[in-house]
Amino acid sequence: MRRSLRQLIWPLVALALLLVFNAVASPSFFHVQFVNGRLSGAAIDVLNQGAPVMLLALGMTLVIGTGGIDLSVGAVMAVAGALAAKLLHLDAPVALAIVAALGVCVAAGIWNGGLVTVASIPPIVATLIFMVAGRGIAQLITDGQIITINPGSSFTVIGRGVIGGLPVPVVIALSAALVIAAIVRLTSLGVFIEAIGGNEEASRYAGINVRWIRLSVYAIMGLLAGLAGLIDTADIAAADANNSGLYLELDAILAVVIGGTALTGGRFSLLGALVGAIIIQTLSTTILMTTFRGHSVPPEFNLVIKAIVVLMVCLLQSDELRRMVLQVRRVQG
Amino acid sequence: MKMHLNRHWPLLTTAGVLVALYVAASIAYTGFSSWFQFAQLFADNATLGLAAIGMTFVILSGGIDLSVGAVIALASMGLAVLVSHMGLPVWIAIPLVLVIGTGFGAFMGAIIQMFKLPPFLVTLAGMFLARGTALLLTETKRIEMSDSAGIRALSSVLVVDFNIAAMVFLVAVLVAWAALKYTRFGRTVFAIGSDESAARLMGLPIASTRVGIYAISGVCAAAGGIVHVIGTQAGDASVAFLLELDAIAAVVIGGTVLAGGRGSILGTLLGVLILGIITTIPNYQGNLNSWWIKIVIGLLLLVFVVLQRVSQRWSGARG
Repeated sequence: MRRSLRQLIWPLVALALLLVFNAVASPSFFHVQFVNGRLSGAAIDVLNQGAPVMLLALGMTLVIGTGGIDLSVGAVMAVAGALAAKLLHLDAPVALAIVAALGVCVAAGIWNGGLVTVASIPPIVATLIFMVAGRGIAQLITDGQIITINPGSSFTVIGRGVIGGLPVPVVIALSAALVIAAIVRLTSLGVFIEAIGGNEEASRYAGINVRWIRLSVYAIMGLLAGLAGLIDTADIAAADANNSGLYLELDAILAVVIGGTALTGGRFSLLGALVGAIIIQTLSTTILMTTFRGHSVPPEFNLVIKAIVVLMVCLLQSDELRRMVLQVRRVQG
Repeated sequence: MKMHLNRHWPLLTTAGVLVALYVAASIAYTGFSSWFQFAQLFADNATLGLAAIGMTFVILSGGIDLSVGAVIALASMGLAVLVSHMGLPVWIAIPLVLVIGTGFGAFMGAIIQMFKLPPFLVTLAGMFLARGTALLLTETKRIEMSDSAGIRALSSVLVVDFNIAAMVFLVAVLVAWAALKYTRFGRTVFAIGSDESAARLMGLPIASTRVGIYAISGVCAAAGGIVHVIGTQAGDASVAFLLELDAIAAVVIGGTVLAGGRGSILGTLLGVLILGIITTIPNYQGNLNSWWIKIVIGLLLLVFVVLQRVSQRWSGARG
């Protein structure tokens, strides 16, 4: 418990600083209202818009925990949205569209996992293949067009609905977090993942079925990416194979790293990844809301800030830097 | 002889695929086999090719550079701002942009080396920084430069149908090939990628070589941005979006192993030409949609990566 708390301190400090900045710069940020049976306000928007990255970050945490990486999640999102929209366009029932889309995404995850485990291709290349081809497949499904979904369709509830005052995407992301945390921490899966990420060879000798666990981790990642894709598509009531999930694999990896999970694998923190995802979304929202001397800040500024955040987080986690600082202190003392 | 063939057969496979593609396209489409189209292949893919050359150094050393697409955009926009907004002559602005690209790469390399950070993350930050800066340079995000006499002059240079972009690409291939094969630096790149701790024990200059590797990637990307400006007569902050993926694909298809230590510039050249032919075919075949390109590139990547695995296991099993 103490270890996990200590790991979470830096991300939480960063989030707190961002929130304090918002509280001062744009007081309306924390103004949450209950309108027409739903909570609304900038803070809720952050959670709502951050839901896809939160889902991706949960899966990515497990993948990175095993020492892997999944670059294809953005493309998988696009495939999920394209397939669901295409099926709805062909008058398929909503449930079928959802199940089919998620099924294909799990298959994509198993494909990635299979390349990594059975063919022993490095994860970065194995998933690069689907990152490139997946978006092509999504465009193939939509025929290169943007397929719109009837805004009255019950499918749009996934992106726009409300349950108990909370937006449905937030409910989906939080439930997914609870389910995954339960699976990972109540069974031995979490320990196995950390063991594989720590030392694959040793895990194999210890009798852990490395292949099977790797495969299931990539399958879970596929399922979560599919959910994120459905949310994105339902939210805008259209499937845009070119832009759905674009760049999001990078945001997800970033969220995981900000949350204190090292890219080299081993110990991972699901809670950290959620905090990381919220930090990333808060950054974007903050930049959108902030005005400087009466001018709004250009949204491109987001990229520059993100770059600085990534570097800072990297440096904070760098043992090398810690060693240098300690050395300087020792010399001075 | 057998050993020799074994070492070279990934490259031979790539060459075989390239020749097969070229012959098939030449038979299927009239005009494809023309000298003009051949020269055009180099011109059209010069930006990708330059980025892929830099990427080859990075991947050979066991690293990765996600920032090249963004650095191309930054160089493109930077050159346009220097020339069109600040009125600098082209012969000053171009070296300046190359220096900025080199410095940007060297900076990332230094951070990776000094703090032992994963190249993936540091160059991801570099990607955000370069793309963000490129977009923030101007309000319009795009500067037309057809009124610049310097750029117009450069874009009209032709040597036996090879334009300036194609020539820069080919010269860069030659220089990079020679640098990897005949210099101490080049051998150190391979040594770091094969086994970094062994390279350190051998007393090789790892720190300066790594900074140099990323500096090369930076200067190659900057050159890619410059030839793009010359080709399109415009600076554009949104060009080369995710081009790093194509560059990595070209390097992998060219037979360079992503774990580092094995590969060649010649392979990368072949990889770039394969990607170039695949993306040109829809120009000849109207009913072929652009998304097929992505699927075919994905499949090619798959085939080559699996081939690499098989050849590694094969040579491993034979000792």
